[in-house]
Amino acid sequence: MDLFASFWPWYITGPLIGLYVPLLYILVNRHFGVSSTFRDICAAAIRPGARYFQYNWREHRWRLVFVAGIAVGGCIGAGSLRASPVTQISSDTLSALAHIGVKDFATLIPGDLFSLASLATPRGLLLVVGGGFLVGFGTRWAEGCTSGHSIHGLATLQGASLVATICFFLGGMISTYFILPLILRLP
Amino acid sequence: MVMIIVFLLGTFFGVILCNGEVISWFRIQEMFRFDSFHMYGVIGSAVVVGALSMAIVRKLGFPSVEGTPIVIERKTLGKGTVFGGLLFGVGWALTGACPGPLYALAGGGYVAYAAALLSAIGGALVYGLVRDRLPH
Repeated sequence: MDLFASFWPWYITGPLIGLYVPLLYILVNRHFGVSSTFRDICAAAIRPGARYFQYNWREHRWRLVFVAGIAVGGCIGAGSLRASPVTQISSDTLSALAHIGVKDFATLIPGDLFSLASLATPRGLLLVVGGGFLVGFGTRWAEGCTSGHSIHGLATLQGASLVATICFFLGGMISTYFILPLILRLP
Repeated sequence: MVMIIVFLLGTFFGVILCNGEVISWFRIQEMFRFDSFHMYGVIGSAVVVGALSMAIVRKLGFPSVEGTPIVIERKTLGKGTVFGGLLFGVGWALTGACPGPLYALAGGGYVAYAAALLSAIGGALVYGLVRDRLPH
């Protein structure tokens, strides 16, 4: 089981992810995508009155089954890797992050920013709840996320997905260089 | 039967995201700082393999398991692609997780990410409520 207890290089991870595009078209004749399930969950569980949620989410049941699988896979994968040290992260990134106030570099996730206790601090709340909100709001406005646009959309040569991917990266850079340092100054 | 396969594919996808370090907040920071090739290799090779395998599937005229022809779903370009894309990018760099990793990390027992996932669902809810007032 060494294979699952160690990290994989990009040339294993990337091609495996790429195969999900044809696999999902063959299985359900739908495109690979994750963020649409945020809408499905609202439509199925909260049933808001807005027109955006008046559709038959049951037709897209496969997506909910797929993300339930991702959560189970995360349980298996994160479990075997939880204690694994951060591997080969660029020293430039590490020193830049230390400079703006990140302290915990022990594992995949900085525990000082993403923990139950951090949720009670302004900066933890902004990172977790604010960041999460923007992920949900932004992906629905853009009609796709990394999987639907950057992988499926680019693999099927769609112009809209190229624009979306460029915007994802522009937003991410603005956030990394300007917003994150401000949030990390908070208690 | 198809649903069982979809579930297992999802499960394996969650494992890929973990073992490939796509769930790592540090890897996403590294990507936005252009300090490492790792995430570019992951996304780039996923796109290349996705494009090649889709080209083969279409060339061979492969049908879906239901027997219907495979129809590529088109994404429409609009103002929402830009504004929504920028907002998602900001959120992605803060949480270090796009939607797939949010599910994987929540399932992996990271409480903060379960909260981030709920907040993302809340983001989709608010989007649905104010959608008619936003440019698209």
